[in-house]
Amino acid sequence: MFDVYKIRKDFPMLNNKTQQGHPLVYLDNAATTFKPYKVIEACNNYYLNENANAHRGDYDLAYKVDFNIDKVRQTVANFINAKKEEIVFTSGTSMSINLIAFGYGMKYLTKDDEILLTEAEHASNVLPWFKVKEHTGCKINYIPLDKDGRLSIDGLKKVINEHTKIVAIAQISNVLAYLVDIKEISKICHEHGALLMVDGAQSVPHIKIDVKDLDCDFLSFSGHKLCGPTGIGVLYGKYNLLKLTDPFMTGGGNNARFDMCGNVAFLQPPEKFEAGTLNIEGIYGLGAAIEYLENIGMENIEKYEKELRNYAISKLKTLQNLIIYNEFAEGSIITINVKDVFAQDEASYLNSKGICVRSGEHCAKILHDFLKTVATVRISFSFYNTKEEIDILYEALKNGGDFLDAYFN
Amino acid sequence: MPISINPTLMREIIMDHYNSPTNKETPEDSENYFHIRMDSTSCIDDITIYLKLNNNIIEDIKFDGVGCTISTSSTDIMCDLVKGKTKEEAFKIIENYLNMIYEKPYDEEALDEAIVFQNTHKQAARIKCATIGWNGLTKLLNGEKDED
Ligand SMILES: Cc1ncc(COP(=O)(O)O)c(C=O)c1O
Repeated sequence: MFDVYKIRKDFPMLNNKTQQGHPLVYLDNAATTFKPYKVIEACNNYYLNENANAHRGDYDLAYKVDFNIDKVRQTVANFINAKKEEIVFTSGTSMSINLIAFGYGMKYLTKDDEILLTEAEHASNVLPWFKVKEHTGCKINYIPLDKDGRLSIDGLKKVINEHTKIVAIAQISNVLAYLVDIKEISKICHEHGALLMVDGAQSVPHIKIDVKDLDCDFLSFSGHKLCGPTGIGVLYGKYNLLKLTDPFMTGGGNNARFDMCGNVAFLQPPEKFEAGTLNIEGIYGLGAAIEYLENIGMENIEKYEKELRNYAISKLKTLQNLIIYNEFAEGSIITINVKDVFAQDEASYLNSKGICVRSGEHCAKILHDFLKTVATVRISFSFYNTKEEIDILYEALKNGGDFLDAYFN
Repeated sequence: MPISINPTLMREIIMDHYNSPTNKETPEDSENYFHIRMDSTSCIDDITIYLKLNNNIIEDIKFDGVGCTISTSSTDIMCDLVKGKTKEEAFKIIENYLNMIYEKPYDEEALDEAIVFQNTHKQAARIKCATIGWNGLTKLLNGEKDED
């Protein structure tokens, strides 16, 4: 049984915290999520009981660390139905995408090649590809979005061609939160000889992922958006592709042997990509976070968040002063504006009521073209949010035109 | 301006400078101005300040760009305050304003309408909005500028 009130007891940040004299209502989960005690304890456990370096195992303590890192790698692999060897630890989604851009894109693309993105991508899934373009002379093109800002299969079919080598898209975008049919898209990409890199930062925390079924070539995601620690993330890649990919960083921990004449033999994936001492505490925490989510069940999480979103939409729709930009999106994000109020002012007003939301351009260019506004307010849920919190949001937004209240009360 | 100025009036001043700012435009003869772009890394505000000096006197000052209510109105009020002043006078006003924002002793008289931002510390996330224009002017007065 999914019991949100019981779940909330697992999170220190959900117990008796206040902001501006009001109970804290955290609705910025797309930025980062709160951590359950289990995750914090796992991180602490590393420092309290097992503090040794990895890959240096001459003694019991170091062996234990190696063993636990390996265990978490398996936990992550099981979570997305991959093989352990296909899981690379990174610092987060941004680093994972950079690794592919620099390690694969730079190495293999030429000026005749093309990368396909959409205009709804997060900066972390755009700027690394600009670098690839700068160095290789390849082209970057955008898959047209439909009138609501949704990536359509027809749109992809229109632009993909024999020069397309990499297609890089978010499974759920961070502003409009439409769910993309990755399975169908990977089929089309492969028919055209292109690789598919999926930005899973906003999808992996919310829905069950099976990389075998999706058949994507790479998947990137961040620990901190799925109740894990900051500074740890994952790159999944099909093993044969990881073998073809160059390490983004070199140094201790990723070379098997080398001599001073410049002959280097790198380790195999995933260790080949993990030069330097890893974020070991982060890995411990990531393992605990995934176990925590799996204990609740990703299906339950998805079902509950959908219910929560529907509830929020049905309430917010009754407010005449509100513009909702993505009523029908699948993801746990609602993007709005209060009429005639600048997004940042609205977020400030909500802050004064104890509510955390994010205003901004959200790093996505799509806003200008589709939403006809320079900025929006983003409300993003997690499975630990409640209908009562949505009621608080609703009450605040009802008076949301009076945003200078935040300044004078 | 008396300290007893009430919240309603303060709101009106802020909204007035936001809805109809008098100094928000890119000057036509922008080649006669020094300018600096203040693009906040942590929020949406993206404002360029234009400063025209005549020897030591601020002959004109304008700004343009995208900003929230607080950044737009605080920059517009700043422009009103420093126009026609010497550099030294402007520095003094800026110092007073920043003292107010950071809850240090300040001279109310010197700030005129800008005292409407005296509550900014209650919304700490907005300090950057209330100071973005002022920090830009400080840079320009210290000789920093964009070359493009
Ligand atoms: C869709 C998307 N991609 C990438 C990122 C970057 O994630 P990180 O900052 O954890 O590297 C984010 C985070 O905001 C995101 O929402």
